[in-house]
Amino acid sequence: MTAPLLELKGLAKRFGGLVAVNDLSFDVHAGEVVGLLGPNGSGKTTAMNLVSGALPLNAGEVRFQGQTISGLASHQIARLGVARTFQLVRVLGGMRCRDNVAAGLAFRPGGLHGRAAEHAAQLLLERVGLGTQAELAASELTYIDQKRLELARALALAPQLLLLDEWLAGLNPTELQQGIGLIRALQGEGMAILMVEHVMDAVHALCSRCVVMNTGAKIADGATREVLSDPRVIEAYLGSDDTQEAAHA
Amino acid sequence: MSRRECMAWGAGALALALLATVPQWMHNDYYLSLLISVLMYSVLASAWALFSGPTRYVSLATVAFFGVGAYTTAVFGETLPWAAVLLIALGVGVAMALVVGLATLRLSGVYFVIFSFGLAELTKQLVTWWEVNITKDLGRYVFVDITAQDIYWQLLVLLALVLGLRAWIARTRLGLALRVIGEDETVARHVGINTTRVKVLLFTLSASFMTVAGAMMAPRWTYLDPTIAFAPAISFQTLIMALLGGAGSLFGPLLGAVPLVLLFEFLSAHFPNHFAILVGLVFMVIVYAVPQGISGWLRQRKSKSGGTQ
Repeated sequence: MTAPLLELKGLAKRFGGLVAVNDLSFDVHAGEVVGLLGPNGSGKTTAMNLVSGALPLNAGEVRFQGQTISGLASHQIARLGVARTFQLVRVLGGMRCRDNVAAGLAFRPGGLHGRAAEHAAQLLLERVGLGTQAELAASELTYIDQKRLELARALALAPQLLLLDEWLAGLNPTELQQGIGLIRALQGEGMAILMVEHVMDAVHALCSRCVVMNTGAKIADGATREVLSDPRVIEAYLGSDDTQEAAHA
Repeated sequence: MSRRECMAWGAGALALALLATVPQWMHNDYYLSLLISVLMYSVLASAWALFSGPTRYVSLATVAFFGVGAYTTAVFGETLPWAAVLLIALGVGVAMALVVGLATLRLSGVYFVIFSFGLAELTKQLVTWWEVNITKDLGRYVFVDITAQDIYWQLLVLLALVLGLRAWIARTRLGLALRVIGEDETVARHVGINTTRVKVLLFTLSASFMTVAGAMMAPRWTYLDPTIAFAPAISFQTLIMALLGGAGSLFGPLLGAVPLVLLFEFLSAHFPNHFAILVGLVFMVIVYAVPQGISGWLRQRKSKSGGTQ
């Protein structure tokens, strides 16, 4: 077995007295689509932020392609080939869609600028289904289209690892099928994807493996079908019989 | 470069050449000094917009750099050749901006505004302390062999440089990085932009123009003390001119600087006792009436009329 693309080793993150992520360890291999699951507040987004460098970690280590990346700045991590989308969509509202994508193209290693960038940006916009909206300001897009735009910007970095934070949330059934198809196509190109997701249809369709977190710690890690039938996972989502009874009482 | 851009650069060069001939045929000292004021604020507002326009970091530190430049002239003006004085001003401005930038550009929003205002006051107090305790003389006389015409030409060159630099940066990756930072710094970092480096670089470029402008303007005063060189009004007026014109566009700061210098001149000549109140009113009217700036307002009108055709 080859060395993992991404390794999380004993990550910890505290916000004051709140332990958001506690001793979290798992790997993502090249070409793998891994789901990062867990109830709200279990630390999934914080874990993503620790990987992308948006937050400094208190303990542990993140390695990407064998190189320690924890402690690097976000822009350095991005240049190494880790791109992400945000849970609360972040587009550059005042800029045209094409320039949003151009921003992703310009600062990666071997970045593009000028005419070459315009062409590449157009191709990426077409890929996510925004080919005709290139000239619109990003703020004029619908919420769903802003999510597509954010993905196009992340893809512009030509990442080897893509972090998707609830990218499929809020899509209607048709859009969900398109979204799933798009992510599958990315996987087909060899891109590894770590996705925080609550849409179970998508998790079943896309993720070969899942890591489940609860209150900051990992409680399960394995093949999707097995993990989702694990009693501890069901308990984390639904509560144990005792607590359910307590809730009813 | 497209044909349109070539025409624009040509037109700019022509305008510059025409403006350069003004002191040759206009021998009225009052109008020349008014033009110098217009140029000074055009340089300051354009330099301000160089950093603050795309990044949207509102700085009130303009006069910190401007005043340091003026003091450079006051200290070295008599002993060193003029070019050396300007170079020293440039060096001092760059050094100061680098230190300040590295220390503070992690701040954002209102914290940066307050810090930048504090910086101007701090610089003023430090200079005052130095003059009172070390040189034992609060005021300085600036005796330099520089005429009003020389100042006019120097400021014109400085304005051409700052506008040229802004036009060039807007075309480059650096310009894109600045716009992304202005929109969303978190996104900027996540697409690989070293935001700290970009901000410090632009802050330094902007400050160096302000410092040199101060050094060039100092001979206008003959007498200089910290309350003149570090007058907070200079920072505020620069800010409001850039905002009125529109800090995002290349000529926006000029659209603000020209009418406001003329207006402030009119107000100070006719209402000397109520000047500060009237300037305050002007600030409020501008913020309420043209939040997008004149250039933004023109663009909106244009796109509206284009849409109905």
